[in-house]
Order: sequence, then structure tokens, then C-alpha cells
Amino acid sequence: MLDWLPENASTYGGEIDSLFSFIYGLVAVWFVITHALILFFVIRYRRREGARAVGVHGHTLRQAAWILVPTAVVLLLDVWIDARGARVWELIKGSPPAAEVEVGVNGRQFNWEFRHPGPDGRLGSEDDLLADNTLHVPVGRVVLVTLTSSDVVHSLFIPHLRLKQDALPGRRIPVWFEVTRAGEYEIVCAELCGFGHSGMSGRLIAHTPESYESWLKETWPPGGPIAARTEEGGSATP
Amino acid sequence: MTLYTAEAARVAAPPAALPVSGKLGMWLFLASEVILFGGLIASYVVMRLARPGWAAESAHLSVMLGAVNTAVLLTSSFSIVMAHRAVDREGAAVAARWLTLTVLLGLVFLCIKGIEWRGELGAGFAPSTGGFWSFYYTMTGLHALHVTAGIVINGILLLLAAAGRLAPVGRRVEFAGLYWHFVDIVWIFLFPLIYLI
Amino acid sequence: MIPRADSAAAGVHVPHPEPRGFWRRYVFSTDHKTIAKQYLGIGLFWAVAGGFAAYLIRWQLAWPGEQVPLAAWIPEPMMFGGHMGPEFYNVLVTMHGTIMVFFVAMPILLGAFGNFLLPLMIGARDMAFPRLNMLSVWTLTAASLVLLASFFVPGGAAASGWTAYPPLSARPEYTGVGWGQDLWILAVALEFASFLMGGINFLVTTVNMRARGMTFARLPVMVWMQSTAAIVFMLSVGPLIAAAVMLLMDRLAGTGFYAPEAGGQPLLWQHLFWFFGHPEVYVILLPGVGIIGEILPVFCRKPLFGYRYIIGATLAASALSFFTWAHHMFIAGIRNLLVMPFSVTTILISVPFALIVFALIATLWGASMRFPTPMLFALGALSVFVMGGLTGIFNGSAPVDIYLHDTHFIVAHFHYTLISVTFFASFAGLYFWFPKMFGRMMNEPLGKVHFWMTFLFFNLTFIPMHLVGIGGMMRRIADPTQYELLTGLQPLNRMITVTAVLLLAGQLALVVNFIWSLLRGTPALDDPWSSNTLEWSTSSPPPHDNWGRREPLVVRGPYEYSQPGAERLPQWQVD
Repeated sequence: MLDWLPENASTYGGEIDSLFSFIYGLVAVWFVITHALILFFVIRYRRREGARAVGVHGHTLRQAAWILVPTAVVLLLDVWIDARGARVWELIKGSPPAAEVEVGVNGRQFNWEFRHPGPDGRLGSEDDLLADNTLHVPVGRVVLVTLTSSDVVHSLFIPHLRLKQDALPGRRIPVWFEVTRAGEYEIVCAELCGFGHSGMSGRLIAHTPESYESWLKETWPPGGPIAARTEEGGSATP
Repeated sequence: MTLYTAEAARVAAPPAALPVSGKLGMWLFLASEVILFGGLIASYVVMRLARPGWAAESAHLSVMLGAVNTAVLLTSSFSIVMAHRAVDREGAAVAARWLTLTVLLGLVFLCIKGIEWRGELGAGFAPSTGGFWSFYYTMTGLHALHVTAGIVINGILLLLAAAGRLAPVGRRVEFAGLYWHFVDIVWIFLFPLIYLI
Repeated sequence: MIPRADSAAAGVHVPHPEPRGFWRRYVFSTDHKTIAKQYLGIGLFWAVAGGFAAYLIRWQLAWPGEQVPLAAWIPEPMMFGGHMGPEFYNVLVTMHGTIMVFFVAMPILLGAFGNFLLPLMIGARDMAFPRLNMLSVWTLTAASLVLLASFFVPGGAAASGWTAYPPLSARPEYTGVGWGQDLWILAVALEFASFLMGGINFLVTTVNMRARGMTFARLPVMVWMQSTAAIVFMLSVGPLIAAAVMLLMDRLAGTGFYAPEAGGQPLLWQHLFWFFGHPEVYVILLPGVGIIGEILPVFCRKPLFGYRYIIGATLAASALSFFTWAHHMFIAGIRNLLVMPFSVTTILISVPFALIVFALIATLWGASMRFPTPMLFALGALSVFVMGGLTGIFNGSAPVDIYLHDTHFIVAHFHYTLISVTFFASFAGLYFWFPKMFGRMMNEPLGKVHFWMTFLFFNLTFIPMHLVGIGGMMRRIADPTQYELLTGLQPLNRMITVTAVLLLAGQLALVVNFIWSLLRGTPALDDPWSSNTLEWSTSSPPPHDNWGRREPLVVRGPYEYSQPGAERLPQWQVD
């Protein structure tokens, strides 16, 4: 089942995948046990000549133990799943590491607008690059996204990073990630946002350090004008 | 297979004490209404706590008219209790008089509410003016709809009582009373939450 | 002239003569059995509509933009000669969900089965408030008409999902939909009113109208489930009604409850919606579990195992369900410290349901089983429900849900849980109680064909859907080929569509069987299945007042099969 996951390219993505595996293991065991029992009973206890059913009610403790004990096991496994989940959640959402790169992401029917800080390192200043649908980040550095929306609820979903966060109008929601492997990854919208929801996508370009340097120099030529060259790119959305 | 007659069954064991169907039904209905108004009021409280500016908005309401309306509803709850008493004691004619008072007080409530709204709308405070006003008109409006429904119900019972046809459904005055008390209690919550704080 | 007793008194049924004439008997009836059939009719009508919407959705996903067979009759601007655009796709996903939850599952499971069985199973002659009952089914009829009308107004039907999140649903300029969304709100509100009235009726009837000897501990599990579902519905629907009023105010009166530019909060809707939405799925689930709980003992010839534990677990799960709602909102922008508590309550709710599943499986142990169609569907329902419950564990774990939320994994999960009751348990109930409702048996071989087609093609459709969800396919997208990530999943998507079409086609077996059996099925005995609950003690179908001149006396519990000395001891017989 897990083979169907897109290849993980983020630091905490591995944690999510391994929690997924853990749950899958437990759940698969229960699936097999319950269905094996159902099948076995259905065959073993078919109506046969001369055989009578055993009319137990299951109300004495000895009888009820057969269902209470497995239920207690389920409870313990649930607690285990929750304990592991709590740790992973704390890692991802609880105490984010210090941001090394900050970007702004804005959802607007039906585009993702990405704001990159310029050499001054500050978002919201004059040298910012605004790009529709393409986000440039370096590998191996903590990227902090400030997520906003101009109209309806969108949801920033980057499957390869196991990242998802709803973008709410009127709110600035922080979400972070750190890419482990250079490459290009698809960014999609995961919350119904209107007739252009299907196809509202973009590209995350995770640069190696060298490639990131050269992208920075290209976009903000040293010694040139402070303002960034505009970049048209990414998949156009109708 | 054998079925036993209801007669034989009654001999077998005395009936347990069960609530009257109409009353149980009314309590269940009121439970769901509590959750409805509860949801609305809880939303208001949560939003209000996050927005200190709303206190200034509520200062535009007339505490006096709100207080008068509170007294009106409380009195009408008293009068419908008296009507219920009268059904079993003094008779339908007296019940009719108390029901008349209840209906009139309900109408007075609606009139005063209407006067308030007219004043507020005239001063430029529409539902779209801001968050506080959105809640104000929605909550008092939904409440007023419930008051209207209560007036209609009480009015029907009043007409039956006046025509001498109350006897078969006399119990329903009690159930209508329960509903009317509920409408009153919702207002007791709305008044301080909207007008006073 | 029959003296008018005070019908408000406890347990008193106001006798009324059997209605005569077509209109009084079939249209304006207060007889719970007729009303149940009206609910069934409404539910089956909408099941066809909702199933057709599913067909259109799946075809579009498999072959985006191409002409959908059998759809050329749909007029513009909905479809264009059998082709659909993304606007109509959004309408379809919205309506499929709305129809299936509110106009199929609830009318069939609560309206039809609840209304038909409740008075019979407790030994009453009718519901406590027969006229309120008639009003409730007429309110649902009105709701249906409003929903149908919403397709034909300018701007078309609602297209913001069955969840109707604002601001998308609050401002017409975001979707292009105008009156359609308002009519959607009205239709859903009327549906709520209908089931509120029904719920009050169910509860008062269960408390007050039980026959002599029918203590709470002797109630068939179905009665417990219907009553609990009624309580859960009544205590959960209020906030959504409040939210709907606020949404309507935003749309019509310019208020700003959900508009951030006016100081409002989109999240407010989500909280209010899901506060209702989560308990609501248990409202749908419980009657289905009740059906399984009634059928297994009959065809296993032994008592339902752990009856009191099942009831206790049901009540616990129902109470807990009020505290799980934000698992629909883990990444919606809620406060971080709310997330783990809701993840804990969500995962814990598997505990009572695990107990119920184990009890049902334990009922199979030591049995003497027969496998007519109702039993096959009951077993199928159990299997499908287990699978749905197990995938719920993934979604309940908040970090895993970061990835899975709003993907087709979620879609697969809730189809497993909802279809376990809306298809399998409902079909089990239909084949089981058809003789009692209509006085005829259904055709067995055709019933078995129906079961195998349904079970096979349902699993072949929805197991792969988990995989496309894991592959990253989001919900509510009209064209997966627009995404590099998803293009590789198209073969699987096409396969899912093919099996889905076969699943829908397999339902024809039921349509044929239903109609044929109504007209020419073998006349049914009072008690064709040799079953112990009270409804089987009267004729098939029952007379207008259920029992004739004598009311039943209950002397034991509902599942006394294979007890020492007797193969079976019905509830109504004295030794």
C-alpha cells in the first residue's frame, strides 16, 4: 500500500510515512484476524444435520471476556498509536525549527502566488519576487511559509513533502518544511475552491546549493537594480 | 401462537409511571431547540471575546426597552402558568382570559422589538454593518420568529377555550406553556449577553 | 362516534378506523407502515439520482472531457451534448454527497426501517404522534422538491461541496451559483425539520407505547439503535441549523458571519458543521448495525452475543462522537493544542465499535447458519464496516491525516463505512422485512446474484481508491490528467470507473426483484424466517392497527434461540 506514496523528499515526511507504516501493520493484523474468523465461522458453523447451535448470551463474565479482552487490546494499541502520533505532531506543528528562508504563499482563485524575499532577506520589502505558480527554495534549509488567501479557503498541498495546510482568508498561517532532495515537485490545491480548483497547481523547485546561488544571481543581478526581474512561469491555469 | 388480551395483561402487573406523551415530546423538542440557540449563542460569545470593540456597538441598544421586554415576557410566562391552572380549576373561560393576556403580552414584545429595530436601522445599523449587528439581528430575529410561533399556538388554544372546545386538549396548555417558558428563558440569556455586557 | 380520548396521555393509542379511498390510504396516511413505504420510495428515488451522479463523476474522472454515454439528454448549461465542464462537476460532487447522506441514507435507514419496525417491534399499534409522522414525511417531500428545483434556477445547483464551506458558499461571485445555494440550504433545513419531528416521535413511542412486558432490557437491538440515533440527531443538529441561518443571512442580508473582511470567521462554519457532521454519521450507522443485529441471530439460531455490552458500547460511542468533530479540521487552521485531544478521542472511538464488531463475530461462533440473501448482506455489511472502521484509524492519527486529508483515501474510507449500512445493511433489511412489509417473498436466486455483484464490484471499486488517494489524488478535482503526479494513476482510475459502473448495473437485479416480487412474489407467511421478535407474530402485511383485537404480551427477550428445551422461544409466547 505504501508503495503508492510519492517519493518522500522532506525531513519530517519520513516520520509521517513510518507512522503510516506502523498503523498499516496493526490494522492489517486486525483485518486478517477479523476476516479469518468470519470466514472460518461461516464455514465451520454451517447448518448441519443433527448439530444444534450453542445458545449462549454472552452475559456472564467468562463469556463476555471473549469480546472484552480483545477490546482492551484495541484500547492499548490505540493509546500506542496516539502516543507515537503526538510525538510526530509535536515535531511537525508543535515547535517549528528556526526559519532559514521565509516565503509567502497566497492562494487566489485559481493560482498560487509565491513571494520570495530578495537579498535583503525580508519578506514584504521592495526587492521581493512575486511569481505565479513557481516556488524556488534551497535544499537542506528550513523554509517557513506564511500562508494566506485572497478569497476562499484553499489548501496548500505538496505531496512529496507530505505537507498540507489550509489557507484561510483573513489569516496568516505559518507552515514549515525542509527539502532533502533537489528536484521539481508538484504543488496542488487540496480544498474545493471553485470551478478552477481542478488544475490549480504549481511547481516547487528545490535547488542544490550551487543551483540556488545561480538562481539568486539571475533573479537579483548583483550591482543591478534592487527590484527583481519578474518571472513568468509555472503551469497556467484557465 | 397465542396473544393475550390487554385485559389479562393489565391484571398481570400495574403500569409503570410513564410521562405523558405530549409532554415528553415537547421536552425533546425543547432539547433540540436548546442546542440550536446554544450553538448560536456560543458562536456569539466566542466571537465577542475576541473582539472587544463590540461592547461599544452594544451601547447603541436601548437597555430600557430591552428591560421592559424582559418584564413583558416574564409576566407572560406567569400568565400562561395561570391559564394552565385554570384549565383544571376555574374552567375554560378563566383560562381563556389568562391566554388572552399571554397573547397580548407576546404581541407587545414583538411591537417593542419592532420599534427597537426601526430605530436601529434608521440610525444606520444594518445586519451588514458589522459582526455585532450581524449577530444582534440574527439572534433577536430567530427569537422573534419563535415568539411569533408561540403567539400563534397560544392564540389557537385561546380560540378553543373561548369556544368551549378546550376540554379534550386541555393538557396542551401545559405543553404550550413549556414552549413559552423556553422562549422566555432564551430571552433571559440574550438580554444580558447582548444588551448589558 | 368514537370518543376523542386525550391522545397526549401515555401509552394511549387513539383508535381510528381504517382509512378508505386511494388518497387517505396511500397519500395522506397516518399509518406508520404506509409512511415507512413513502420514505422508502423517496430514498430509492434519490438513490437512483445519486447513483447516476456517481456514474457521471466516475466517467469524467476516467475519461476527462469526453462524452459520457447516456448523458446526452442532460440540457445546457449543465452538460453540453454529454460533455461536462468543471462547474457541473462541482455540482455533481456536491449533489452526490448531499443526496446520499440526507436523501437516501436517512430516509431509508431511519425513515423507512425505523417507522415500519419501531411500533411493531415494541407491540404498539402506531407511533405516539401519527399526524406528526405524516407531517414529517411530507416535509421531506417538500425538501426533495426544493432540491430538485435548485437544478433549474439561473446559476444552477449548489457547487460548493456537500460541506458548503464559506466563503465559497457565502458569496455567489466565487462559484457563479446564485439561488441554487440558497435552495440547497432550504432543502437541507427542511430535511432536518423532518427528521427532528421523526426523532421526537421515535423517542416518545419507545418510552410510552411499549406493550405489556416489553421492558427496556427486552427491546430488540434495532429499537435501541433507532432511539439512540434519534437522540444523537436531536442533540447535534442545532448548531448546523444555526450555522445555516447565518449562512443564509450572509448571502441574503449582507451580514459577515463568515467573511473575514467584515470581521467574520470561515472556521466558524466548519466547527458548527462538523459538530453536527460527525455525530450525523453515527445517526446513519446505528440503524444499520441494528439491522445486522436483528438478522444474525435469526440465521445463526442463537442469541445476539453480549446484547447488553452492545447497547452499552453504542451509548458510549454515541456520547464520545460529540467530542471528535475537529478531526475533520486538523489542518484547517485550528489552534495547535486542540489537535491531539481530538486525535485521541477519534482513535478511541474505535474501542466501542471494536466491541460491537467482536460481539457480532462472536454471534457467529457455535451457530447453525443458513445463508439466504438477508444473511449474505448482513455478513457483507459486517465485513465492509470492519474495513471502513480500520481505515478510519489512519485518518484519526493527526500527522498521517496531514497527508491523507482531502485525498481519495478519505473518500474510500467513508464509502466503506457509509455503504456498509446504506447498501449492505439496508439491502439485508429489505430482503428480510419485504415479506412483512408487502406480504410477498423476494426471489432468492436473484437476491444472491444481487449480493455477489454488489460485494464483488464494491470492493473492486473502493479498494483501489485507497491507493489513488495514497498516490496523492485530491478530492473534488475534475481532471486528474492536469497533474503530473496523478497521470500515472489513470489506469487505476479507469479500472475503478469500470467496476463502479458494474456495481451500479448490478443494482438492476434489485430493481427487477423488487418490482417482480411486489406483483408476483410468493405470498408470505406471518413468520417466514422463524424469528422471535414481535413483528413476526402478526400477519404479513400486518392489519391497519397491527394486532387486530388483541395486543401482544411480551414474556422474554428477543433472541431466545437454541435454549435448553426449545429450538426457539418467541418474545410473545408463554411456556
